[in-house]
Amino acid sequence: MVKTVMTLDEYQQLFLNKQASARELVMETFARIDKVEPSVKAYLTLCRELALDQADRQDKKLADGKETGKLSGVPVALKDNMCTDGIKTTCASRILEDFVPPYNAQVTDLLNDAGAMIVGKTNLDEFAMGSSTENSAFQLTSNPWDLTRVPGGSSGGSAAAVASGTVPLALGSDTGGSIRQPASFCGVVGLKPTYGLVSRYGLVAFASSLDQIGPFTRNARDAALALDVLAGHDEKDATSLQYKAASSYTKDLEQPLKGMKAALPKEYMQEGIDPEIKQVLLETAALLETLGVDVDEVSLPYSKAGLSAYYLISSAEASSNLARFDGIRYGYRPEEFDNLEELMVRSRSEAFGSEVKRRIMLGTYALSSGYYDAYYHRAQLLRNRIRQQFVELFSRYDLVLGPVTPSLPFVKGEKTDDPLEMYLGDVFTVDINLAGLPAISLPCGFSQKGLPIGMQLIGGHLAENKLLKVAYQLEQQMNLDLVSPVAREVLK
Amino acid sequence: MKWETVIGLEVHVELDTKTKIFCNCPTTFGAAPNRHTCPVCMGLPGTLPTLNKAVVDMAVKAGLALGCRVEGLSKMDRKNYFYPDLPKAYQISQYDLPICTEGAVNIEVDGNKKTIRIHRIHIEEDAGKLLHDEYEPFSYIDYNRVGVPLIEIVSEADMRSPKEAVDYLRAVRAILQYAGVSDCRMEQGSLRCDGNISVRPMGQEALNAKVELKNINSFKELQKALEKEEKRQIELYSFGQGDQVVQETRRWDAAKGRTISMRSKEDAHDYRYFPEPDLKPIVVRDEQISMILKTLPELPAAKALRFKEVYALTEKEIEVLTAEKALSHFYEETVKAGADAKISANWVLGDLLRYLKEKEMEPGEQQVAPSQLATLIGLVEAGTISGTVGKEVFAVMFDTGKDPEVIVEEKGLKQISGTDELQYIIEKVLKENPASVEDYHAGKKQAVGYLMGQVMKATGGQANPRIAKEMLEEKLKA
Repeated sequence: MVKTVMTLDEYQQLFLNKQASARELVMETFARIDKVEPSVKAYLTLCRELALDQADRQDKKLADGKETGKLSGVPVALKDNMCTDGIKTTCASRILEDFVPPYNAQVTDLLNDAGAMIVGKTNLDEFAMGSSTENSAFQLTSNPWDLTRVPGGSSGGSAAAVASGTVPLALGSDTGGSIRQPASFCGVVGLKPTYGLVSRYGLVAFASSLDQIGPFTRNARDAALALDVLAGHDEKDATSLQYKAASSYTKDLEQPLKGMKAALPKEYMQEGIDPEIKQVLLETAALLETLGVDVDEVSLPYSKAGLSAYYLISSAEASSNLARFDGIRYGYRPEEFDNLEELMVRSRSEAFGSEVKRRIMLGTYALSSGYYDAYYHRAQLLRNRIRQQFVELFSRYDLVLGPVTPSLPFVKGEKTDDPLEMYLGDVFTVDINLAGLPAISLPCGFSQKGLPIGMQLIGGHLAENKLLKVAYQLEQQMNLDLVSPVAREVLK
Repeated sequence: MKWETVIGLEVHVELDTKTKIFCNCPTTFGAAPNRHTCPVCMGLPGTLPTLNKAVVDMAVKAGLALGCRVEGLSKMDRKNYFYPDLPKAYQISQYDLPICTEGAVNIEVDGNKKTIRIHRIHIEEDAGKLLHDEYEPFSYIDYNRVGVPLIEIVSEADMRSPKEAVDYLRAVRAILQYAGVSDCRMEQGSLRCDGNISVRPMGQEALNAKVELKNINSFKELQKALEKEEKRQIELYSFGQGDQVVQETRRWDAAKGRTISMRSKEDAHDYRYFPEPDLKPIVVRDEQISMILKTLPELPAAKALRFKEVYALTEKEIEVLTAEKALSHFYEETVKAGADAKISANWVLGDLLRYLKEKEMEPGEQQVAPSQLATLIGLVEAGTISGTVGKEVFAVMFDTGKDPEVIVEEKGLKQISGTDELQYIIEKVLKENPASVEDYHAGKKQAVGYLMGQVMKATGGQANPRIAKEMLEEKLKA
């Protein structure tokens, strides 16, 4: 077997050309996981047996000459807030520490049906609330580029799993940047699709109107392949779009970019942004121009206000979504209690982490009678303005270029005492969720210390094709070496 | 001082859909606890609701039947509160954009028509049920009812007495039963009612503090609870303790026959309503409304008018017959099967209703079919059996559902109309009662009555009285 950090495409080629069986590919995956996990800690649960069973089914299909799936032979990982029938789904929370759902998320079914082998469930900030995966109740995940640093969050485990070379595809969920920011921190591609393109059924809800599932991959082409499997209407999700791409998302990757128009909001380059990130942003803009894309500087006046609207709306929805964890039917409950109220209060007090509690309180407050108009309602009005702002912008431009984060991957513990500082890191990503738009986080350079820097390509409603095409061609031009030190170590 | 009572009702009605509002679990009543549940209605993490279209159609139908305006655009909201019977810790309901608004229901007050306005109708999901066992230190929860679709019909505060409130609730119930959107059984909880009541000095415009009454389980309890609360408030105002009448929720304790304070305004829940992000707004198009309008059957008011014209029944008869869809249906089917309209009404309003009441059954639950009653009426009319025997046969029919002919045959209840047999018996009676025969000839015509009694006695009540009397008089005159 070839000893490299392989792409999704390469796994599938090995399998289809019978250079490696699916079983061998899974065994190799677990061998790599065993090597890197002690230092990276990306996974909360490993599913060795189930993955091998699935591998054997794929091998048998291939041997029998039956049609294999679009992801046959590909090991994948799921963020541990996506339900897996018979496998623990914890949301990295004590309150769901032993929760085993009796059903699959729609994406779990889609991956299984496509022949993918789910090897494990990855770490996250508790209930996807956070930007560093440090809010996990169970373990700290390390950035494969620098083990002293965070992988970003909340889908830090999935980003680290791909960056450490254990799987070519991992799913994350993005409510305010939770795919794009860890993708940027870990030097991988992260795609947050248009709201409603991928079913949310079985994704444990954080903020229902903002949550969206998407892939982490090693490159744009793999993201397109993953999206081919994940995108599509699901009647179990009422917010799922009645839309299916006419053909593969890989179809347009090589189409010339000439004549496309990109917008570069000047607000994205103002105070607070790390100069190294700004430098990569400008280089990327220049590179786009050499590819024939017109890049204009524009203004997005509401871009700063998005952060407050986001934290109000997402916390309000979270306060309601997380109310069901009351210790009555499943999940954590204290061993002894005297009455109903004590059971509920203690279950929630003892098993939720502090960040989750903070957001529940913020959200409850924002929805309270007498405060609703001042907070939740105003936030919704602002959300509409932001949406309009993007609709207007995308009537003139094909894409918006911007940074993913204002700062480089930070050292563990550096921001844990300052939640507000942590929230400010989401300033460039949350607007996209408020507007329900697609965006890709694409590795575009490195800091002097060798930390990856991602750029964000934002598209209009259902413009995934355009984003993937631009990302793919930027990759071809940049030709960056994106094998992390940890992944490199594994190959030795 | 004269007092005026002001009442408004909030009526919850379970819609008669096959499946629940947000999942495919059945809605049938009476299953083993927690049998009708799934990850969606149990609100397990990650699951999502999808709206059952039949619920929207039925809510629209209910709205049309109650004379409401159907809103083209409405939406679902979350009503947040913690309780073990509510698995998501929020109820999906409608807050500021309900599906129907501005309806009206007519009732009769002292012979005059009065219109009770409906403020709004909204769609929501039902909660589960807690079961307490007094010998256990814990409670059980049955989630079968979670997610059963409900509509809440909120009236304006247009009722001025407990009696009007009961009449209004009866009218609403009849209309919804006719429309076929709910069976409206209070004892099974498919019809539930909260009452809002306040009193004010006659002539005063401003409303005084209102009290919400909960836990009312029958029409009778509604009347009692409202009367009791009305009295309590008037007494407090009359004795200078009006400050004790406060806006609060009080629970009706049927056993003790009084209302008990549950929570004051200060303790009222803050439900933190906000739009349900998991569901799209509900759009009802004009074509959909006209389609549903076409499926709306004849409603009580129209039926009453028709009964008056076609069957020539009295106001009182019509009122009782049309109050329950099942009863009016039974009546019309009996007439359709060939029975006389007036006689059928007597049977339905007399014997049928009496037995239903005795057995504590709802119209429609009885064994006997309309065609069987029509046959029975035919037997009586033809003189095959007497009216008295007919009532006896009906009692058996009601319990067993057997055909009347079979019962008559089995019990040997056929009337003796054969002249030969009667001839013999009459002659025997005359022979045995010479004194009465003499009385008759002496001009005491009432002696016929006594002799008839003897004939009936001799035949065990089976003689056809009309024929027997004719023959007896003929014999006496001879």
